[in-house]
Amino acid sequence: MRRILTAGCVFTLFASGCSHKTWQLPALQATAAGAAIVESSGGKQIGYIGLPLDQPVVVQVNDASGNGVAGAAVYFSGPAGMSFDPASALTDSNGQVTTTVTLGQQAGRYKLTARTSDKSGKPLQVVMDEIALGYQQTLGAELNAQYCIRCHDPESTRERVSNMDNLSVKPHAFTEGDVLNKMSDADLVAIISHGGPALNKSAEMPPWGYTLSKSDIAALVAYIRAVADPPYEAGGLVYAQK
Amino acid sequence: MQTLKSIGRFFFGDSARAFGSASIILLVLLAVAPAKDYFSQWRYYQKQYLHLIRGRADAVTLERHFKPGIHQIWIPEQQVTDRCTTCHLGLKENSLAGITAVAFRRHPVIPHKLTEFGCTTCHRGQGAATTLREAHNSTEQWEQPLLLAKYIEAGCGQCHLGAQTATPFLNQGRKLIARYGCTHCHTIKQGDGTYIVPDDDPPSLKHIADKTTREWVYAWIKDPQSYASTATMPNFQFSDDDARDISAFVMAQSTPLEPPLQPLNTTIKAAADPAAGTTLYGESFCASCHAIQNAAGVLVGGDFGPELTGIGTKAKPEWLQDWVTNPNHYDPQTMMPHYRFTAEQVATLVGFLQSKTEPDFVANVHLGPATPQQIEHGKRLVMEDGCAACHEINGIKKPDNFAPELNRIGSKPLNQVLFVEGVKHTLPDYIGAKIRNPRAFGPSLKMPQFKFTPQQVDAITTALLALTDRAQTQPPTMRISAVQQSSYQPAGHAGQLMHDLRCFSCHCINGHGGDMAPDLSWEGTAVQRDWLVQFLKNPGTLRPALIRRMPKFNLSDAEVNTLADYIMTVYQTPEFDRDSMPASEFTPAQVEQGRQLFYSKFACQSCHIADYSKDKGYIGPALTATGKRFNAAWLYHWLKDPQALRPGTMEPNQNMTDDEARSLTAFLMSLTSGNSKEATSK
Repeated sequence: MRRILTAGCVFTLFASGCSHKTWQLPALQATAAGAAIVESSGGKQIGYIGLPLDQPVVVQVNDASGNGVAGAAVYFSGPAGMSFDPASALTDSNGQVTTTVTLGQQAGRYKLTARTSDKSGKPLQVVMDEIALGYQQTLGAELNAQYCIRCHDPESTRERVSNMDNLSVKPHAFTEGDVLNKMSDADLVAIISHGGPALNKSAEMPPWGYTLSKSDIAALVAYIRAVADPPYEAGGLVYAQK
Repeated sequence: MQTLKSIGRFFFGDSARAFGSASIILLVLLAVAPAKDYFSQWRYYQKQYLHLIRGRADAVTLERHFKPGIHQIWIPEQQVTDRCTTCHLGLKENSLAGITAVAFRRHPVIPHKLTEFGCTTCHRGQGAATTLREAHNSTEQWEQPLLLAKYIEAGCGQCHLGAQTATPFLNQGRKLIARYGCTHCHTIKQGDGTYIVPDDDPPSLKHIADKTTREWVYAWIKDPQSYASTATMPNFQFSDDDARDISAFVMAQSTPLEPPLQPLNTTIKAAADPAAGTTLYGESFCASCHAIQNAAGVLVGGDFGPELTGIGTKAKPEWLQDWVTNPNHYDPQTMMPHYRFTAEQVATLVGFLQSKTEPDFVANVHLGPATPQQIEHGKRLVMEDGCAACHEINGIKKPDNFAPELNRIGSKPLNQVLFVEGVKHTLPDYIGAKIRNPRAFGPSLKMPQFKFTPQQVDAITTALLALTDRAQTQPPTMRISAVQQSSYQPAGHAGQLMHDLRCFSCHCINGHGGDMAPDLSWEGTAVQRDWLVQFLKNPGTLRPALIRRMPKFNLSDAEVNTLADYIMTVYQTPEFDRDSMPASEFTPAQVEQGRQLFYSKFACQSCHIADYSKDKGYIGPALTATGKRFNAAWLYHWLKDPQALRPGTMEPNQNMTDDEARSLTAFLMSLTSGNSKEATSK
């Protein structure tokens, strides 16, 4: 009796220990292996929380001479909430795998990793950043599309011609993290509210503080921070660890 | 067995031992309740939170804000009893934005206070629950799980019935519901008593036989999208026989137009130049509303009117001639303006449109003459499938409440929902599945098959999820209604003319009309009569960056004068007097000061061109002929506050002083050199 009880206890403990084992993607039967994995397209997209990205993510597995390798197994992974369809696949005849990416429930940056392994089994990976806009950033994105983008985006579309080349001082695209990350929130709010001259910059940047509300301008700053490349990291307090 | 017996004897051997043991057992049992409380999930989270904040530099502040115990947001008039803040302790802490522990993050910035609206109002879930599973997931007692983030704008839509900048997804869903005519069959009455009105404008079939052939009708109802990818009519998945019989019936019911269509005018020849049709199509700005697929398969043009890629296969030439001459004859309700084309222009355009064919569309359709049985069967199908809910058909009454009303679809109890295999048991999944593939819920269901992208399905689902019990029953003060179209109609001869030209398809006046072109409610204050007359005769390009343009209607001088007189007299702002700033009173010094302000302080040349030789900005209208176009008082008030005169305009309010605005007005009124052809529209 005692033996049965002990065995039961041990088994329960063992089983509960096992349940914490990390879940693995089902292994694919790879028919080939490459020497490198690279991004083809789909990185740095700006999407919305909980929604699929507009463009699929495409990665390519190459051999040592840079040609695509067909039949290599590629596994996608990302932070909690991010999902992939498919999450793993074999490369096609061009050495590519295409997957639809759905962003998680929280706004912010999502690091997406695509893994494969070379002939010796050594893991290879490529990491891409995707951006999920939450409520405030979405408001900023919409205001950007209404008021800012024509001057701040060098790209033209059929419906929207860029005005950037017509300006004597070229505005910064909002993705230019190198420059904009160095500006404090207060400075960004000041230049948006009071125009370029507020920071001794060009008057071609008009003041928007009499047109947009304070919360609109805060939303624009949130959007600029969200899309910065390289990513923006908030300064301020440095938190000591105990 | 021996051991068990000896244990039993040890504890319950005699009455004293039994009493002692029973007391201890009782004590342990009594301790269960407080222990259960002590080890409860929410206490665990509060401990985790304390652990998290104690390691931070701002621990003192955060600890001061922390209060142990169960927290509750109670708003009786909104039926909110939310204990979410018991575990989600950092929702109001700015310094906790973006931390890794998602549960303790600051709430994303929204324009509402948590204490005024609670959490479940937008997020759903079970507010009063204090365990993770009960609060977040659907349980047997509570079937409203947390709403996924992709549908979260549904929360906004319960109170905000109009479009808002920050909810693009909800706006898109509502637009799609109107655009695809969902509410022809499903009534949607919102909490404020207004209805979601369809804006797809399905054509009347009363004279369909004058317009097209039975073969085309057959192929169209079999698969509308194979004719035009942009077609909003869904696919009813009719069998060949059903399509044959329906086409037989609608053609049989069609009556000839009164007066009848004229035969194709063969005496007037189209312009000899083969490119003339393309040119006239372009000059008339047909592409502002209609799209045509180019050689590369890309749709070029607007989506306001039907796609014309295969119009030559669809429409009979006599009908095209009649329609282009005056669309009111075939459809008095159409959105299409009545262009005043000459007979030669009509012939040229008809030739151009006839050349836009998709012969494959009807190539394999061979229908024998319709039999009475087929027509009778077709009539039954037309009635059963509710064709008349959208289309006017002779002899068929528009059915009332053809499909279930959706006023409260966002709160539909799951026990009233019939799920099919493969659909998750949640309301959003049910709604999404129903939009994606309605017939999967039963082959006898009448709802047709739409071709939506997954993103469009999610947008429509979001808009439908906003139609909740709460949205219907909440106090009216909570609701922000959408701006409704007014019933404004201009009077008299000018009113008739404006209707004939369908000004209101694009322009809004006094709350009535479209939003494709500028609001004209105060146009009479804004412009000078001479300019207006020139513009109506030959609308030039005002905004070089825009694709959509005002078409040239080929108006007669009398018509132009009628319109100009009416606009100049009636469409005046009550805010100020248009004669309050005579342009003749501006001094050269003011003009010069204005020029300085234009180029330096306000850098207007970033977006506008005042002088073609040096300015390049083309976001705003060219200003080279402003002095001929505008009224000075209007310009002055515009410069002071553009949004006050035209809400939503891109031009920022620059907070000018009165003097600055006056000087700039003086400068702008001095610009009269511009080529009037190029610089005359807006």
